[in-house]
Amino acid sequence: MMDIKILGTGCPKCKALEKLTREVVAKASIEATISKVENVIDIMRYNVMMTPALVVNEKVLMKGRIPSADELQRLLTNIA
Amino acid sequence: MHKTDFARIGWISGGVIVWLIVYHFLQPVADWFVDSLLRMTPGARLAEAVRFFVFEYPKVMMLLLLIIFFVGIIRTFFTPERTRKALEGRRTFTGNIMASLLGVVTPFCSCSAIPLFLGFVESGVPLGVTFSFLIASPMINEVAIILLYGLFGWETVFIYISTGLVIAMLAGAVIGWLKLEKWVEPWVFDIHPEQQEEEKTLGITLALRMQAGWDAVKEIIGKVWIYVALGIAVGAGAHGYVPQGFMISLMGSSAWYSVPLSVLIGIPLYSNAAGIVPIVSVLIEKGASLGTSLAFMMSVIALSLPEMIILRKVLRLPLIFTFIGVVGTGIMIVGYLFNWIF
Repeated sequence: MMDIKILGTGCPKCKALEKLTREVVAKASIEATISKVENVIDIMRYNVMMTPALVVNEKVLMKGRIPSADELQRLLTNIA
Repeated sequence: MHKTDFARIGWISGGVIVWLIVYHFLQPVADWFVDSLLRMTPGARLAEAVRFFVFEYPKVMMLLLLIIFFVGIIRTFFTPERTRKALEGRRTFTGNIMASLLGVVTPFCSCSAIPLFLGFVESGVPLGVTFSFLIASPMINEVAIILLYGLFGWETVFIYISTGLVIAMLAGAVIGWLKLEKWVEPWVFDIHPEQQEEEKTLGITLALRMQAGWDAVKEIIGKVWIYVALGIAVGAGAHGYVPQGFMISLMGSSAWYSVPLSVLIGIPLYSNAAGIVPIVSVLIEKGASLGTSLAFMMSVIALSLPEMIILRKVLRLPLIFTFIGVVGTGIMIVGYLFNWIF
């Protein structure tokens, strides 16, 4: 079971990344829990200075940008 | 270098050449559109207003496209992590100078202001140096630079960049010198981020950099096209209809109160550079002085109410007011200076 977290304080980009992640996970039928981390203090624990960031199994995979659907799917299926 | 990278550079060069050709023919095409296609009388108010819009809007959008693409590529070389590393533990004035310069090139959006602020302060970047970064980053903004270049020419761009940098350096230095750490929310210093592995930016390819440039174009142009259109439309309207000299009593250099007033009005106004620069160009044309207009523009861009509200989460009010006061004073000095010189 993959543990996916989207870090972001609620800016439009963060919402876009969450939506995209949900779509890709559903499409590639990856077994995962997706949650959103909005508290700044919790975000800082991951040492992230640019939101949104994508955290999979407690590792920061990407920060400060939104990947394309293809790129995200490749990233996630590589881990699964 | 990879073989396909040569092809990519070829595509970019080709694109730039096409761009230059189109840019060169914008004025004749705009004239043809107004004079021959719409059959408007040259010199009539409406004709000149339409001509202003039909020429300025595509010109500004083309400049935006070109510059944002290349700035987007350049920014892939500067990550917040690298900037932070460069600034760690720098206490002297060098830190403020570096932070201001890095603020110009490090990608940063206002929704990341808090994580960035925390990330800097926690790893030992002094408060004043962090502020130099936070001031320079929005103040010297590529959209504002392009618009100023398009509407005023490179001299104004030079004045804008150099005074903006000086304000960021000095304001940060003053904030550092005042030792205001006590007005940062105490929990800020209690977070200890886990050390994450350094992201490998070395493996980034030219293709990814170009992608980043293109993404920046789509994102920024998607956001600002309407403000640029509105700003230039207002400009075009005023261009034909507001009499020359209309602004002299309000924003002319002889009215001493004009500079502080413009700064005050600028703070709550919308923080987007795209709409404000065309309007400023018309203010100047109608008799407002350069210093006052520049102060107004800097205040709109650099002191934005939404950013203050975001920063309130980590900073106490006295520090926010000090920040506004120090930056506002800097902007006013620039305003008076230029009213005095010109």
